[in-house]
Amino acid sequence: MKELLRLDDITMQFGGVVAVNNLSMNVKEGEIVALIGPNGAGKTTAFNCITGVYEPTNGRIVFDGKTIITNHPSGKMQRNYAGFEADKYLGEKTLHPTPDVITKLGIARTFQNIRLFKSMTVFENVLTAMHVRAKENVFSAVFRLSWKEERRMEAETEKLLSEQGLLSHRDEIATSLPYGLQRRLEIARALATKPRLLLLDEPAAGMNPQETQELSLFIKEIKERYDLTVLMIEHHMDLVMGISDRIYVLDFGSLIAEGTPEEIQSNQRVIDAYLGVAEDV
Amino acid sequence: MDRAKKNHLIRIFVAIAVVYLAVLVLEFTLRPTSILFTVLRKGAIYSLVAVSMNLLNGFTGLFSLGQAGFMLLGAYTYAIFTMPVSVKESERVYRYYECIVGFDTGSFVGLIAAGLVAAFFAFLIGLPVLRLKSDYLAIATLGFAEIIRAIFQWDVLGPLTNGANLLREYKDLSRITLPFTDIPFPPTLFVFIVAGVCILLIVLLINSSFGRAFKAIRDDETAAEAMGINLFKHKELSFVISSFFAGVSGALLAAFQYTVQAQQFESMMTYEILLIVVIGGIGSISGSCIASFLYIALSEWWLRGLDMGKFLGISAPDLFRSGFRRLVFSVIIMVIVLFFSKGIMGDKELSFERMKAFVKRAGRKKKETAK
Ligand SMILES: Nc1ncnc2c1ncn2[C@@H]1O[C@H](COP(=O)(O)OP(=O)(O)OP(=O)(O)O)[C@@H](O)[C@H]1O
Ligand SMILES: [Mg+2]
Repeated sequence: MKELLRLDDITMQFGGVVAVNNLSMNVKEGEIVALIGPNGAGKTTAFNCITGVYEPTNGRIVFDGKTIITNHPSGKMQRNYAGFEADKYLGEKTLHPTPDVITKLGIARTFQNIRLFKSMTVFENVLTAMHVRAKENVFSAVFRLSWKEERRMEAETEKLLSEQGLLSHRDEIATSLPYGLQRRLEIARALATKPRLLLLDEPAAGMNPQETQELSLFIKEIKERYDLTVLMIEHHMDLVMGISDRIYVLDFGSLIAEGTPEEIQSNQRVIDAYLGVAEDV
Repeated sequence: MDRAKKNHLIRIFVAIAVVYLAVLVLEFTLRPTSILFTVLRKGAIYSLVAVSMNLLNGFTGLFSLGQAGFMLLGAYTYAIFTMPVSVKESERVYRYYECIVGFDTGSFVGLIAAGLVAAFFAFLIGLPVLRLKSDYLAIATLGFAEIIRAIFQWDVLGPLTNGANLLREYKDLSRITLPFTDIPFPPTLFVFIVAGVCILLIVLLINSSFGRAFKAIRDDETAAEAMGINLFKHKELSFVISSFFAGVSGALLAAFQYTVQAQQFESMMTYEILLIVVIGGIGSISGSCIASFLYIALSEWWLRGLDMGKFLGISAPDLFRSGFRRLVFSVIIMVIVLFFSKGIMGDKELSFERMKAFVKRAGRKKKETAK
């Protein structure tokens, strides 16, 4: 299988805090990969590096065979750098695209703390995400010359909503939906940008066991339907073990294990650092 | 398009047509010096600039305080462009300077040029500032407005701006004619048409895919960016367009006033417009328009008596002296802001359904009190 996303030696340091330390991982086309680990392990930070929200202090990110982000410690960080491989990427030109560029390349995400457009309806939330692929400019948009494009986007939004079972909530204000549906809507909105890789940050957070069960089916279903590759952060072990092809485990910013669900479940380091704790809760 | 939406649009068009027809009728029946015309014209001009500010503040979540500066640019551009060459060459306006502008244009070209000049300056300001956090825009635009006001009064620019002196005898409202004829254009109608077309364009923009992108940025920058919306590009777009229309409204103001002077475009003017936007409701186009007319009517007309010794039939020359109007006006504004903290309209638009519901509610209340 072709490799879709690769992280090489990604380190993210905030002042003295090394939130992600020398993380290398890869995701192949068509896989569902999970990134797990205790609170504060640096999972969300890793997502933020991939999506361009943060500029990693060191390392490289490759998407679909193309280097999209590279950096090396420079300036003040050169002295304070606490990670590894400080010189490895020195020769390379630093690349630091803004998040919208990453989205255009085909990586979409959801957020750990749901971030819907709060003044908009369910329909508008999804429609807004279509803007990035719209073939129109301000002039044609204002004078309604691209009304066909608008109709197409509206029709597609409608289709997407009905596929996600959200059509009956079409005209409700997004933030007034129940929690589980808000998470679904966030996924639908991400899908509207037509991604190849979908990043889900704790999609089951706040859901009850039944909703979680539904979610795992849902993720599998959209993966097939939209030909997606999925990388997700999740604490619900049933969900993770049930649908992941492979799992990466982070602890204090560093990778402590990777493997199939069976391998991870029986890995002593993971049990000590994370799984054991999780069962106590 | 479904039926309900179509009906809604038709009703809006009919309402607008009625307003314009009323303006036209008034223009042929009332005395041309009637105060009502002042209120209507100035109200329409302020509606346009308030809506343009709302596009930025209310719909894109950017806070700019440069409206007066962009209006100044528009007013000067319009005056300089449309002043006939013969006037420029005579001593009547450019008395102390040799005017260096050797051409003149019609009012339409003047209006467009006014918008473009303002938009160009906004573009330049936006380049560095809009990459930063939003607060910097307010500081930068406020500074810009103050600086541009000083620069336009500067001696060295005299051959262009006539220094600190007035500009006049350009295509003001008394000199604007119907296209290709010498028949004077009904002045109030002219202001209404220009302002109306501009506001219509802004409404079309807000209801387009780009308008949704603006609202997304206002609601949540991080999420908007994650949905592929280029923050800088869209903020710059909104800022430039907003400034374009501020420039056009400056040009209209110049036409309305018959004279232009840089001194007049103080930051007080920007605060006035901001106040109108807040009173009308941040994020409501119709709110901005209603508030503009109310504000202008209140300050120019209804409270006039307070300065003239006689108000609502009460004659008290000692109390109702020059300056008292401002005091009462400030109190009224304060009360409105305190009790309608979301503005007259909130972020909703005026519609027949809403008016019907309002009347019904008022009627019900009356009945209840009658019981
Ligand atoms: N912008 C920031 N500035 C400083 N420190 C940060 C920043 N973002 C994250 N951190 C730190 O990085 C560490 C990792 O945080 P992160 O949010 O990535 O954890 P996480 O694995 O997603 O945890 P959780 O399971 O609670 O979501 C934390 O110690 C956090 O305090
Ligand atoms: Mg997290």
